[in-house]
Amino acid sequence: MVLTTSDKNNVKTVFAKVGGSAEQLGAETLDRDVMFTAYPQTKTYFPHFDVHHGSAQIKAHGKKVVAALIEACNHIDDIAGALSKLSDLHAQKLRVDPVNFKFLGHCFLVVVAIHHPTVLTPEVHASLDKFLCAVGNVLTAKYR
Amino acid sequence: MVHWTAEEKQLIASLWSKVNVEECGAEALARLLIVYPWTQRFFASFGNLSSPTAIIGNPKVRAHGKKVLTSFGEAVKNLDNIKATYAKLSELHCEKLHVDPENFRLLGDILIIVLASHFARDFTPACQFAWQKLVSVVAHALARKYH
Repeated sequence: MVLTTSDKNNVKTVFAKVGGSAEQLGAETLDRDVMFTAYPQTKTYFPHFDVHHGSAQIKAHGKKVVAALIEACNHIDDIAGALSKLSDLHAQKLRVDPVNFKFLGHCFLVVVAIHHPTVLTPEVHASLDKFLCAVGNVLTAKYR
Repeated sequence: MVHWTAEEKQLIASLWSKVNVEECGAEALARLLIVYPWTQRFFASFGNLSSPTAIIGNPKVRAHGKKVLTSFGEAVKNLDNIKATYAKLSELHCEKLHVDPENFRLLGDILIIVLASHFARDFTPACQFAWQKLVSVVAHALARKYH
């Protein structure tokens, strides 16, 4: 699935509107994803973390995740290039099962819907969903 | 059989009591058709689905969205018996409608996002967890009679 010009603009709009609260959104995305375990299986990747609600480790990790999304957005014409090192890391070391990127993407959409419902029009929703899929694909591209 | 905690039941019922079924249903179906355009394959008879604006304004989409979410309400009313509640609908979706059950999962996730955008901070992580469980159980029940 290819990102159209319209998709790219929609994604940039989201991150521009989200702006300074991006880190907090990242923390909350992981909080919903990992802890209140909309998807309990995601916790299996964090046995070394305190996974209780509000954990500082989860918050810090959420910030990292959203920073990567912002990086991808800032280089939206070459997401594979921008996330190449992260792609290597996930393939060689982390080996997070590909299904989990879908779960994370979904939770990010939920968090954006909660905090910025007016930004998430159906068209923007579609573009952001495509973008998150594209990021997931890049991160799993070198798995085999 | 699915086990629901008292808290989960309360979270589901409490949110549902505030849902505008017509509006949420219409929005959920419209978003499904917009975000996952291949789902339009089931709605060739619905007329103009050529753009997000056309889809959102399409009266057949609105009416069908309301119908689908109204049916979802049956699950909310019968949490302890969702399998039986959807037995006939499951057969219908398999034998007559020929809908890939993956579409039930897609619609469930879209519904969660619609609820999140309407209820904002009231859609707590605990609330999302209960509703993710519900949409998953409904999708499973609808797929159960496939053969």
